[in-house]
Amino acid sequence: MIEALPRLIVTGIMDGTIYGLLAMGLTLQYGVCQVLNIAHGEFLMLAAMLTWTLSAAFGISPLLVVAIIGPLLFGLGFLLQTTLFKALKARAPSPPVFEGNALLVAFGLFYIISFVARISWGARDYVNTILTDRVSFLGASFTLNQMIACVIAVAIGVAVYLFLSRTRQGRAIRATAEDPATAGLMGVNTNMILAFSFGLGALLAAIVGIMMSWRNPISTYIGFNNTVIALVVVTLGGLGSVPGSFIAGILIGIVSRLVSGLWEPLLIVPVYYAILMVLLLVKPVGLLGKR
Amino acid sequence: MNIASFASAHKKLVTAGFILLVLIFLATLPLYGNDYYINLLTTILMYTILAVSWAMFSGATGYMSLATAAFFGVGIMAMAFLYGTLPFPVIVVIGGVLASALAFLIGLVTLRLKGIYFAIFTFGFVMFISQTAYYTDVNILGNAWGHELPLMDPGMLHYAMLGLTVMTLLTIYFIRRSRYGLALLSIGGSEEAAEHMGINTTMTKIVLFTISSVFMGAAGAIYAPALIHVEARIAFNVFNSFVPILMAIFGGMGQLYGPVVGAAVFGYLDRTLRVELQEYFMLAFGIILVAVILFLPNGIVGLLPTLQERLRRLTARLRKGGETEQHANT
Repeated sequence: MIEALPRLIVTGIMDGTIYGLLAMGLTLQYGVCQVLNIAHGEFLMLAAMLTWTLSAAFGISPLLVVAIIGPLLFGLGFLLQTTLFKALKARAPSPPVFEGNALLVAFGLFYIISFVARISWGARDYVNTILTDRVSFLGASFTLNQMIACVIAVAIGVAVYLFLSRTRQGRAIRATAEDPATAGLMGVNTNMILAFSFGLGALLAAIVGIMMSWRNPISTYIGFNNTVIALVVVTLGGLGSVPGSFIAGILIGIVSRLVSGLWEPLLIVPVYYAILMVLLLVKPVGLLGKR
Repeated sequence: MNIASFASAHKKLVTAGFILLVLIFLATLPLYGNDYYINLLTTILMYTILAVSWAMFSGATGYMSLATAAFFGVGIMAMAFLYGTLPFPVIVVIGGVLASALAFLIGLVTLRLKGIYFAIFTFGFVMFISQTAYYTDVNILGNAWGHELPLMDPGMLHYAMLGLTVMTLLTIYFIRRSRYGLALLSIGGSEEAAEHMGINTTMTKIVLFTISSVFMGAAGAIYAPALIHVEARIAFNVFNSFVPILMAIFGGMGQLYGPVVGAAVFGYLDRTLRVELQEYFMLAFGIILVAVILFLPNGIVGLLPTLQERLRRLTARLRKGGETEQHANT
């Protein structure tokens, strides 16, 4: 059992980078737009299913579909923020009311996206895995797609972090998250920033969805589980904290591998929530949360 | 005296008469309705209980509880495990008590969490209890195929649900009118201000959260036989946390009868459309949820005063128009 430990931890970290990237999108959407997007996993599912369609029907390589799906889902997120959530915010009497209503609207979106997908793709599993050759790394064997996905996830995670912390646009986003009214007075086009952040969140979910379709069979049901993971990771890392969610993602990845490898795969979700609930009680703002 | 002026003069009398009529209809239904309609109305009553008790706490305070499915599921599982060992009403009470004990514990530890964290916690709790109960039931207790409940007389279930609905509505009616109801509203307005006025906000929240869950648990216990096949993942379906919210918001939470209207409309649609048009129904559910929150923040019931006002203005303008015409003639 003990000899399996290093392998489980390394695999856990690799999974975790992907969870972290997914959670980063959710935390951006919550931190900047105050929308706790319960439909986040559905964007991932949509991207995975589109990957299948594009590669099966049009013969586009699953490695390149991001050029089509990425802008598409970014645009969808952008549109949702500029139409739906903007209107919702204008009508809400106070920020807490907006957060509650946005959560419910996101739940409505969850139904809309997942059932539009179910109507168009049905409920069966699609297998579209690529790059399944095994390679040996750190004494354990991995599939090539797992390694590539991990590298991409880390690269994008670091890029988003640098973008937010070093660039002018990134600073505008952080200012808007902190205090939209003041940011607006300082000349930041806050509506644009909100829409961009929501779109970026959707884009990150899309990238994760495409990478998942390389590795695992996909179906129109995969969305909700991933939302659950992202939600746990985001709360663990501190709602709205981008680096926090990446670190928490890696932690959750390790935990899930350890639980399924050493104990019982069926108990992964209960363990996630046990961690989440204890954390909410002890430190409600998460590991790296501010407020 | 015409009907309109009679109605406006004796508003209370008309309301009481209307409620009486609905009750008589519901109470006599098993005498002439077939099983399909009885089951339909039992479902609507079940949703009414969930929506009204959800709105009583969450609607007033703004603490959005997504744990409805957990309390409802506890009632269902209580019936699944205890059926046959104890009399039916006793199990219903046990279901309610277990649910409220759970709510008390959740309230004790979480009601200091603010806003969105409370929603996340309660949402997580449903996922937690659903998976844990499923695992325990299947792998530890060995009920791999779930629990079969024997077919029960729909009329009997209907009366049980009707009785519980009346109890729920009466309790909540009086709570809304009591100091506790006002305290809840003031917490929703501004918790800090409520605290300064001398309201023990934590106590109030915990007590009323617990009370609201009693009815959810009891409703689950009564509803369980209608499911026939009970499994932890069905009993704790997270859908049951969101449906009552949609109903309450659709109906409007300003009035006690708002959630009742919402539950009647959606309970009916749920039963009639969900089976035939499963996927399209769920899609429509999503679209309606978004549209209602966006365009009807006060629900259908909230539309009534606006409509009345428009109607009044319209008739006033018509009358005025008629008068000027008369002047022109003379």
